[in-house]
Amino acid sequence: MTIASLGYLALYVVVLLALAKPLGLFMMAVYEGRRTWLHPVLRPVERGIYRISGIDEQREQGWRGYTISLLLFNLLGFLFLYLLLRSQGHLPLNPEGLPGLKPSLAFNSAVSFVTNTNWQSYGGETTMSYLSQMLGLTFQNFVSAAVGMAVLVALIRGFARHSATTVGNFWVDLVRGTLYILLPLALVVAIFFISQGIIQNFSSYHEVTTLEGAKQLIGMGPAASQVAIKQLGTNGGGFFNVNSAHPLENPTAWSNAVSLMAILLIPASLVYMYGRMVGSVRHGWVVLGVMTAFMLVGAVVSGWAEQSGNPNAGDLGIERSAGDGQPGGNFEGKEVRFGIESSTLWATTTTLASNGSVNSMHDSYTAIGGLVPLANIATGEVIFGGVGSGMYGMALYIILSVFIAGLMVGRTPEYLGKKVEAREMKAVMTALLAFPLVVLVFTATGAVNSFGTGTLNNAGPHGFSETLYAFESGGGNNGSAFAGLGANGTFYNMGIGICMLVGRFLFIVPVMVIAGTMVTKKRVAPGPGTFPVDGLVFGFLLFASVIIVGLLTFFPAFALGPIVEHLAMRDGTLY
Amino acid sequence: MNPAALKAELRPLIAVTVALMLITAVLYPLAVTGIGQAIFNRQANGSIIRQDGQDIGSSLIGQSFTAPEYFHGRPSAAGSGYDAANSSGSNLGPTSAKLINGVADNPGTADVDESFAGLKQRVAAFREENGLDASAPIPADAVTASASGLDPHVSPATARLQIERVAKARNADAAAIRKLVDDHTESAELGFLGQERVNVLKLNLALDKRFPLAK
Repeated sequence: MTIASLGYLALYVVVLLALAKPLGLFMMAVYEGRRTWLHPVLRPVERGIYRISGIDEQREQGWRGYTISLLLFNLLGFLFLYLLLRSQGHLPLNPEGLPGLKPSLAFNSAVSFVTNTNWQSYGGETTMSYLSQMLGLTFQNFVSAAVGMAVLVALIRGFARHSATTVGNFWVDLVRGTLYILLPLALVVAIFFISQGIIQNFSSYHEVTTLEGAKQLIGMGPAASQVAIKQLGTNGGGFFNVNSAHPLENPTAWSNAVSLMAILLIPASLVYMYGRMVGSVRHGWVVLGVMTAFMLVGAVVSGWAEQSGNPNAGDLGIERSAGDGQPGGNFEGKEVRFGIESSTLWATTTTLASNGSVNSMHDSYTAIGGLVPLANIATGEVIFGGVGSGMYGMALYIILSVFIAGLMVGRTPEYLGKKVEAREMKAVMTALLAFPLVVLVFTATGAVNSFGTGTLNNAGPHGFSETLYAFESGGGNNGSAFAGLGANGTFYNMGIGICMLVGRFLFIVPVMVIAGTMVTKKRVAPGPGTFPVDGLVFGFLLFASVIIVGLLTFFPAFALGPIVEHLAMRDGTLY
Repeated sequence: MNPAALKAELRPLIAVTVALMLITAVLYPLAVTGIGQAIFNRQANGSIIRQDGQDIGSSLIGQSFTAPEYFHGRPSAAGSGYDAANSSGSNLGPTSAKLINGVADNPGTADVDESFAGLKQRVAAFREENGLDASAPIPADAVTASASGLDPHVSPATARLQIERVAKARNADAAAIRKLVDDHTESAELGFLGQERVNVLKLNLALDKRFPLAK
């Protein structure tokens, strides 16, 4: 790590935290139904939607009703997207005449977008028609993020209200999140992206004759509008196969910097909003501080590992240290315009945030450089995490931390003035155990069967890491990949599809259960046994809980993959 | 859930889905397209470079250069090289024997070419075509495939190492070409965003203009 790259990291964190408060306050106003400066334009649209839908925005739902509405909405979204992808060959806006997707790929892609994962078994420009990109993918990019925020808001109401029964109206939260938060931000970011050179058109692919006289066919399409929401909504599914490494999807250092900010902007702001709405701003800052600490460690470690490079390449005479007009380091799978530090910072944030877009190929990272994304996802995507899903996932870890603290002093644990009892703990543990369970079972199955190992791009421990990364990415709803893996077969399409469903809905339902039980409880006054959640001790306990409960579950798997690979790389062993 | 309650759910379910789809998936992309096409027309359409009535490429997308009189870009894993409708990286890891040592063509299968140039072959080829000695250090970007396979840039060091070769092929003064390379070296935005780099296509276009090839 150079001084410049540490400065870049520091600036990034400062800007991110500075934006978290104003956006957090704005989002709070939106979900509380207060008037914002966007209301003159958007309020009539919002009311129009309620009118045609027959929604009474004052009528709230209990946790069951809220959850059922949410699940029905996602079920319909899934069915629609599946059918759209299957039949795109017969539908308009398909200038390249791309055929419909085969069943396992359509299933995988539909689940992928509905669950805010955006795993790409498909190839972007070689698979998806413009109609599918818009009606299917862009639409789910918006609403899957809005659904995540809706669940978070319902959970917040569960904590903030007492002796109540309702947690809000799903439809109202969904519409408000989409209209007031995601849409305006996406519009601004998309226009900026076009100014930098991200394409936005409906032309067929453009043929040019290169200087040396060859034909080059350049992929086209409405990319900017989708890329903007893919970053803001922590979706991450690329318009092109190589995602944000593609020069038409991320052309400049500026588009890269704005994308980086867009990845963590809403997740970080939601943490502030959470603290504010549950009545303890300091609690919000402590949680945000814990998340930032994880990010700094990840960014520094991966930046150092990638700049140190690959000794096997160094032995051939390839420069490993930067200087004199060349970047040094491990440069396979990285772009010159970004260099090492913008690549590794991106790799860190995109895997913390369950975003999953990439601007460099994680598969070509050094062992330790690649361990950082693997470890980030293994925490269950709660450090910043997905839009909404990150903070409600983190809330599970918070409850767990408080519970552990309660056990230590022998008192009934309480959180935000509410007693934490057996039902809540069962819900917490269901979610926190379901994620490693599906991920590790599928990884183990894939690692010992030819249907799992047959499509690996790398041999040896790195090949194992490809399988592990794929199922982690699905279960964590991340969507990035060690992309060499040929994942478009039945085993991976279906297996990752199941991981995505478990990772999404076995978090959402337990969180809604907690919201439902918490909202009915009485508030108890803090006593001498109350564990304060707005101090450093709590921050440390939370940090440790994520590492011990989340990360250490995966340690044996890491030992088989990146850790062995690191030792092999140092010794010059090749596979 | 009883049928009556389910029926009550259906109207908001369908109406909200249709309404939000109309707004986010139709109106929003169309609005972005309209604004983009109006005020950033060139960028929205792929930053295409037109010369003598012919489209010769995008300033953002790398092209394959192999002739000695042109500066060469990075190795590419997109299709058969710089296939702009099929972006891809190599996705080979640091302990990959294929990446480090390459793969030789199997003489048993005459109709398929299995050969793959690994780092070892690329380093040797780069040294040879640019007349560098056998222990000369090579910039990492010169011999590694980019993430997209379409990287339009090389590092300034990689460009400079090619000056002698290009000058010789064009019968031009190396110092003048070096100046051209310097002029086309873009520094990091604000001094810290991104990297120092040279756009290979733009450099080669300028080269053709300043030092035309005898035809």
